[in-house]
Order: sequence, then structure tokens, then C-alpha cells
Amino acid sequence: MQTATPTPDLQITGPQITALDHTLLALADPTRRAILQRLCDQGGEARVTDLALPFAMSLNAVSKHIRLLERADLVRRRKQGREHLLRFNPAPLTQAERWIAERKAMWEGRLDRLGAFLAATAEPATPESTAPESTEDQTKTGDER
Amino acid sequence: MNIMAAAVAARSVLHATFTIERVYAAAPGRVFAAFADAEAKRRWFFCDSTWPVEHRLEFRVGGRETIRTGPAGGTVHLCEAVYHDIVPDQRIIYSYAMLLDQRRISVSLATLDFQAGPDGGTRLLLTEQGAFLDGWTDVAGREEGTRIGLENLAADLRQQSPAA
Repeated sequence: MQTATPTPDLQITGPQITALDHTLLALADPTRRAILQRLCDQGGEARVTDLALPFAMSLNAVSKHIRLLERADLVRRRKQGREHLLRFNPAPLTQAERWIAERKAMWEGRLDRLGAFLAATAEPATPESTAPESTEDQTKTGDER
Repeated sequence: MNIMAAAVAARSVLHATFTIERVYAAAPGRVFAAFADAEAKRRWFFCDSTWPVEHRLEFRVGGRETIRTGPAGGTVHLCEAVYHDIVPDQRIIYSYAMLLDQRRISVSLATLDFQAGPDGGTRLLLTEQGAFLDGWTDVAGREEGTRIGLENLAADLRQQSPAA
């Protein structure tokens, strides 16, 4: 099927990267959440090609997302002949961790929409204030107080 | 993230804290207003526009907020909040309980800290400190619980193009 692209699109580094960080990172992207959702919807297993079908992006791009899900062990892959079958694996998170990850991702979605709302309702731009946003990078994965 | 799982018995509680930081190109007053004004809040806060939402907001110290939603004929998602501290354009602290079909699944404290950011913008810090209760899985089972969350998460996708 897809050969591995040399550069993963996301890297996290640092001394204490936990499995949970990988999970949160995997869940932080709407496309990856949609991929997981589709896997859930399809019951057990799905072929990579079927999974990629509704997405307006190349199979290669979808495969990249799937690899990040695999790194987080949220998705497992097995070969059946020429087919690669994917399966959703809820195990990496305890149920409580999963709940927290979902709650956090829910807030991420909300705060994204807040950004879009603020941009849509902004006063007519003055010459120097150009369109805002791209708040994406501000999200911290290392959360601690 | 600080996760200290308590006994994994039928009843358990897990405490966790997470923080999300965002920078918006809007003055703190505007960002604050998006939380304070019920009409404005309804335009961005809810995840799944296909679920009917019942929303009431009394934005004052001691005031309550109720959000009742969920798929038609399915699990009722209820959020009950109380506002404890409001500093206009600067801070909002509220606590809230989340219930699925009357089963309390979490009780949290949320702090929204609005700081003047660069170029007249706003740095928003959200901190949620929660007690996550395990009884919630009884509602519909483990997988269903995951699905409920993922449905919420994927909902805004359905309105947008799936392209990244």
C-alpha cells in the first residue's frame, strides 16, 4: 500500500513525552478524530482505502494521519492478503483518561470556533490590523499547573 | 497532566487538570463578551448543531447556566454550572457538573483568564480542574462512552470540508 513518507507531520520532543501526549496529539486534529469516528461507525475493521474515501485529500495524506493514530496505538493495523485492515483500539487510555482527553479536545474545538466567531464579528479592519487567527499553535500539549 | 487514578472499583474518582492557551486578535472585552452574552455564546459554544440545545445563562456571581442537549431520543447530556467569580474583561470562574441521563460523570472547576495580548489581542487561558467520576460508563458502556465523545468532536467537521 502506501510507502512511508519520510517526515512525519508532527513531532513532539522533550524529556517526559508520555503515551498520553501521543494520544492527545492524535486527538487534537479534526481529520484524525473524523477518521476514528469513521472507524467506530464501521463497527470492527475498515480498509485504509475505504476509510480514506470521504476525505478530500490524497490517500497519502490520510495515511499520514493514520500513522499518527497508530503511534498513539489508537488504531491497529493488520494485513489480510494485500489489504491493510485498521481497527480502533480504545485501550491506550483508561476510561477516565479517555474522558479527559475528549473533554480537552472538546474545549479545543470550542476555542477554535470562538476564534472564528471573533474573526467573523470583528469591527471593519483598520489598515494595520489584518485578519487574525491561526491560534492553532498556541495549544500546549504539556499541561500542568 | 496530573493523573492520579483512585481505586479502580465500581466507584472511583480521578482528578485531573488541564490548561489550554489561545491567542485571539480581539480585545479582551470582546472575548469576554463572547462568554458573557448568551446570544453570542450560543453562536460558537456548542459542538453539534444537529442536536437540539436548551440553554439558559444567568451571567452574574451566583448565577446559573444550564445546557441540555443530546441526540433526539437518545442520551440526555446535561451541564449545570454556577458562576463563582466574574471580573469584567479579566476573569470568569465557574463550576459545572456534567450528567448523562442524570448520571453525574464529572464535576469541574473552570477558570478563564483573559490577558491583554500582543497588538491589542487577548491571551486566553482556560484551566479545568476536574473530578471525573467512573459511574458514567454504566450509562451505555465503554465503547458507547467513547462514541459520545467522538461524535461531539467530529460534529463540527461535518459542517466543514473534511480536508485539512
